[in-house]
Amino acid sequence: MWKRHVLIGLLVAYGAGSWFAYQGSGRSDIAGAEVRSGMRVWQESNCVGCHQLYGLGGYMGPDLTNAHGDQGPERIRTFVRYGTGRMPAHDLDDRELDDLVAFLAWVDRSGRNRVPAEAVHWTGTYILEPR
Amino acid sequence: MTGVVRWHVTLALAMLLVALVLGVVAALAYLSPEAAAVLPFQQLRPMHVSAALFWIITGASAVVLRFKDDAFGAARSTALHTAFLVVWSVSLVLVFGSYGAMRFGGREYWEFPPMIAFPLLGAWLLLLLDYLRSWHRRDSDPPLYVWMWTTGVVFFLITFVEQNLWQIPWFRENYMRELIVQWKSNGAMVGAWNQMIYGTALYLMVRISGDEGLARGPRAFAFWFLGLSNLMFNWGHHLYNAPTASWIRHLAYGISMAEWVLLIGIVRGFRAKLAERGRFGHRVAYRFLFAAEVWVFLNLFLALLMSIPAINRYTHGTHITVAHAMGATIGINTMILLGALAHLLHAGVRGVGERWIDLGRRLAMGSLLIFWLALLATGAIKGWRSTALGITDHQALMQPLQPLLIAFAVAGVGVMTGLGAVAVALLRAAWSPRLLQSAQHEPLVQGAARTGESRP
Repeated sequence: MWKRHVLIGLLVAYGAGSWFAYQGSGRSDIAGAEVRSGMRVWQESNCVGCHQLYGLGGYMGPDLTNAHGDQGPERIRTFVRYGTGRMPAHDLDDRELDDLVAFLAWVDRSGRNRVPAEAVHWTGTYILEPR
Repeated sequence: MTGVVRWHVTLALAMLLVALVLGVVAALAYLSPEAAAVLPFQQLRPMHVSAALFWIITGASAVVLRFKDDAFGAARSTALHTAFLVVWSVSLVLVFGSYGAMRFGGREYWEFPPMIAFPLLGAWLLLLLDYLRSWHRRDSDPPLYVWMWTTGVVFFLITFVEQNLWQIPWFRENYMRELIVQWKSNGAMVGAWNQMIYGTALYLMVRISGDEGLARGPRAFAFWFLGLSNLMFNWGHHLYNAPTASWIRHLAYGISMAEWVLLIGIVRGFRAKLAERGRFGHRVAYRFLFAAEVWVFLNLFLALLMSIPAINRYTHGTHITVAHAMGATIGINTMILLGALAHLLHAGVRGVGERWIDLGRRLAMGSLLIFWLALLATGAIKGWRSTALGITDHQALMQPLQPLLIAFAVAGVGVMTGLGAVAVALLRAAWSPRLLQSAQHEPLVQGAARTGESRP
């Protein structure tokens, strides 16, 4: 019987944890229509197969979390449109390209991919300010 | 063995072979821009990843659906099993067809268009129905492997649905929520199939050793609850560096550190494992289970280090994460599943020759170790150069790592050859006249006639 009680307790904690995780993820910087469209371009072009956001994704190309802020929108446009030795050129129209850049600007505003050394607590965890 | 189980096993092994071949081809495209021009990496990677995931999920579902009939003593429900397999197979054709047509959904690991989630969900509901039809006949106090199978089958459904919640606009209107819905479900889903696979490993050990106590004691259940807590709350380690709510990071860190208990348990049980190997090492299935034990130790140690945020700062987003994923999917999941299939097909395996399977396993183990170490070294150097030295240019960051990546690719050929030999031998066993002519309900205890053990 104790096993059932422990399992039920864990399931209740899991449900509550899921609720708080989603509710507490912040309300700032809600995606507009342009960003949502850019996210669709990102997904349909399968950019995650080669690139990462917050260190999550493929390993062929660089992490793009802060590409907009660090390298600027024009560089992104050029790479996407013409490709490189490894990256294929993507056949996107101007509107799709603008939306993709808006999506990457939105991701950039959400935080920094690299954790600064001063954010590492003596217990080994990070102390990061949620945006 | 019924026809539907044979087709289920065949589909799983076919996925393994596809994953192995595409993994090597994708590695070639990854290393060489000239090769990538002919073999597009952006198409090969999702094909390889999906084939590997579907090998694990299809293989796990095959052995759970087969072994549950013996564990519950229930009649086989072939119609539901067949319906699952048909819908699942059609879904896989749609997945690979969409990749071939360059149509993507762009979610990590599940890169196919989201509409294909519906037939996959329908198939899993059929599997769940099939499982529950037998489950209701269980004992009032079932052994641990039954708890593990049940939580695995149910949690796969929960996490699969959760993974598709991003299609509701509220979940993707805030980027942190979008990250959470993706990585919370991905992390927990890995835990779900681990429940099915580790439950199968426990079931096999009970059958091989004849010691039902392995799946009954409070210590076994305490370790299981620790693992289940990890499934539910440890997903936050994927998002350490993202500015989510702090409690998500702290909880994942705390839960991960509790896993040192498991590692200490493995180290303390090492001598007993050696003695156990002396007794059961002549059995094909046991050799795969022992190989998985080695990888559990290596991978758990790596995972524990990576779960310390101060270390994760260097390892996150590097090839160390890939080493961890490969150690888990090939070293642990694949070894257990191949052991379970060798056990299931043992009449056929004796016919096709155990020697090839043994050679393949040895080659795969040796190659996987080189493969894993090359990825660890690549990730460690990349992490140091990017985090400590602050190199941000991707080309400059990756250029010195090329020799290590070549070693990784060459070792990958060894993994493909070794596991490929095992998979082909098992496919031959599944369709061997010896197995086809054998009784539908052969003794499940491998070597029972030789050792005098009887079915429970």
